[in-house]
Amino acid sequence: MTAEAFDKRSDHRGVNVDHRNSRKKWQAAYEGTTAASTRATTQSGSPLEPVYGPDDAEFPGQFPYTRGIHPAMYRSRLWTMRMFAGFGTAPDTNERFREIIGAGGTGISTAYDMPTLLGIDSDDVRARGEVGRCGVAIDTIDDVADLYANIDLAAITTSMTINAPAAAIFAMFVANAEDHGVDRARLGGTLQNDILKEYQAQHEYVFPPRPSLRLVRDTVVFATREMPRWHPLSVSGYHIREAGSTAAQEVAFTLANGFAYVELARRAGLAVDSYAPKMSFFFNAHIDFFEEVAKYRCARRLWATWMRDFYGALDERSWQLRFHAQTAGVSLTAQQPDNNHARTAIEALAAVLGGAQSLHTNSFDEAWSLPSSDAARIALRTQQVIAYETNVTQVADPLGGSWFVESLTDQLQREVGALLEELLELGNGSMLEGCLAAIDNGWFEDHITDAAYAHERAVQRGERLVVGVNAFVDDAPAPAPANQMSGDGDARQLERLSKVRRERDGDAVARTLEDLRGDALDPEVNLMPGLMAASRARASVGEIMNTLADVVGRYHVRAR
Amino acid sequence: MTTRVLVAKVGLDGHDRGVNVIARLLRDAGMEVVYTGLFQTPESVARTAVDEDVDVVGLSILSGAHLTLVPLVLDALRELDSSIPVVVGGIIPQEDVAALRDAGVAATFGPGSSMDDIVATIEALSPTG
Repeated sequence: MTAEAFDKRSDHRGVNVDHRNSRKKWQAAYEGTTAASTRATTQSGSPLEPVYGPDDAEFPGQFPYTRGIHPAMYRSRLWTMRMFAGFGTAPDTNERFREIIGAGGTGISTAYDMPTLLGIDSDDVRARGEVGRCGVAIDTIDDVADLYANIDLAAITTSMTINAPAAAIFAMFVANAEDHGVDRARLGGTLQNDILKEYQAQHEYVFPPRPSLRLVRDTVVFATREMPRWHPLSVSGYHIREAGSTAAQEVAFTLANGFAYVELARRAGLAVDSYAPKMSFFFNAHIDFFEEVAKYRCARRLWATWMRDFYGALDERSWQLRFHAQTAGVSLTAQQPDNNHARTAIEALAAVLGGAQSLHTNSFDEAWSLPSSDAARIALRTQQVIAYETNVTQVADPLGGSWFVESLTDQLQREVGALLEELLELGNGSMLEGCLAAIDNGWFEDHITDAAYAHERAVQRGERLVVGVNAFVDDAPAPAPANQMSGDGDARQLERLSKVRRERDGDAVARTLEDLRGDALDPEVNLMPGLMAASRARASVGEIMNTLADVVGRYHVRAR
Repeated sequence: MTTRVLVAKVGLDGHDRGVNVIARLLRDAGMEVVYTGLFQTPESVARTAVDEDVDVVGLSILSGAHLTLVPLVLDALRELDSSIPVVVGGIIPQEDVAALRDAGVAATFGPGSSMDDIVATIEALSPTG
């Protein structure tokens, strides 16, 4: 039987792959990488192979990518040390970005404040107390210009952690870059844009699910056609896990959402292999070390299998699950906050041994506040210690073949597979409809809350120990780490926005918003050009979102 | 009489892991729990508390905006001539605890609070408890 015929017997429910001659195939692929000439030894001088395993086992870079998506993994390219930052006004955050780049960070990632995440202007009464507090305040394209001032957008990749207003913020970003002479085709980065998990876990939604998915569709279509270096969708399990889910639920809900977006783009007429290679994922790096490593391995395997065998993708890049990881915010404790350095280091190591493409390490003070500049630098240094001192980057999938980790990977795969089948059945064969139905009936939230409650009970009963919380507790409560943020971001942002409102051409704002309303009424129209026109007229995020809400309505959760 | 509690999220803070766990905890302890859902205004929380005739209001705030939002809820309750006790849970620095108590908050629950303490405090505050 040929390898091809053998593979065709498999379906998405069971991986059935011929690994005969896999080492030879891996060797050939490895020789083609920049790592081919590298030599590595342990600290004491013993030689290290780039990967270990029997000749006929799965190797890194081979379907279904349990062992990683690249043949050489970190020997050919380290992960991107992408630190997430944002507070106060755009100039405040711009300064932090330039510090991160100066300290050796290789990507930047924007954290927005709550009003921006919910599409509310800084001068809206609902924004009181929240402006610039949990992230940077962005109201208009002027803020976007200041946010990225003196940063070469063609050279560094940028990530935007925003969802409900993602299309509006993305339009401002692209318009600003082009106004500063950087063509959209040269822009590299990631828009989170994962609205489904907002209804399931994070709750930063504005419009009902279906109109929100239209905005996702429009950004994905726009980026797929015009921005070859851009990743318009980062399917995010991070927030699902932070909300209390188990590891299996994190993977299952995230992959289900990923498949839902695959169906969405297919409905919009895009061929699966035209955009799936641009999709990326975002997972939590939690404290249960081996479970996390197994989680990433299982997620890659399931994504590859379903994409090839259920969604019919032919391009191997469509099968490869690329992911960013962030250490677990919920694992940080407000008590004895210095202990959080250790937690973050262990979690970051799990992400690296699990094959992450990009990593954010939390700062030790984040249970209390946004990170201070010093704390953020230590968090970045933690990644650098792992990358440059520990030698763990020399061997791909170092835990592959461990009886324990392989069993845990298989076990998680079974649990995740069962949840995926349940959602698919709920949608009568459509994962998109299954996810929407499970949002509507509270299935996701019930699962997550059950798991969060079980965890909390276990901590309360002492069945699960947390150092400094229910074990090794200090008598005197530790003071909160000093919060070095300036406290006047609120007033300064109100002044910035007021200036834009005074100086802009009000007729142009009204005209572009009216055009946007017209576009929104026709579900076939792509909203990106209209959003960019309104952005250039200096319409605010709130004005744009209100214009769209007038057409499609707002989402309210039923009381439960 | 069963103790009735309104648990509420006020402002733009969408972190609801804590409030969901607390709502379930109080229900398991035999209380009747009304949950406002997310994104409430101080005025709507006060109105719901009075309309639902609850014994205690529990606010959950994890965005750091407690010093702005909690006094607004207390003011809104006073506007309605209500003296329903208000408790606050979340990440609250020690120096802010005193400020909240001075503003009229009956109790605060920071990280690591025991579930038993939360239940006991709410029962003690409830006239029906």
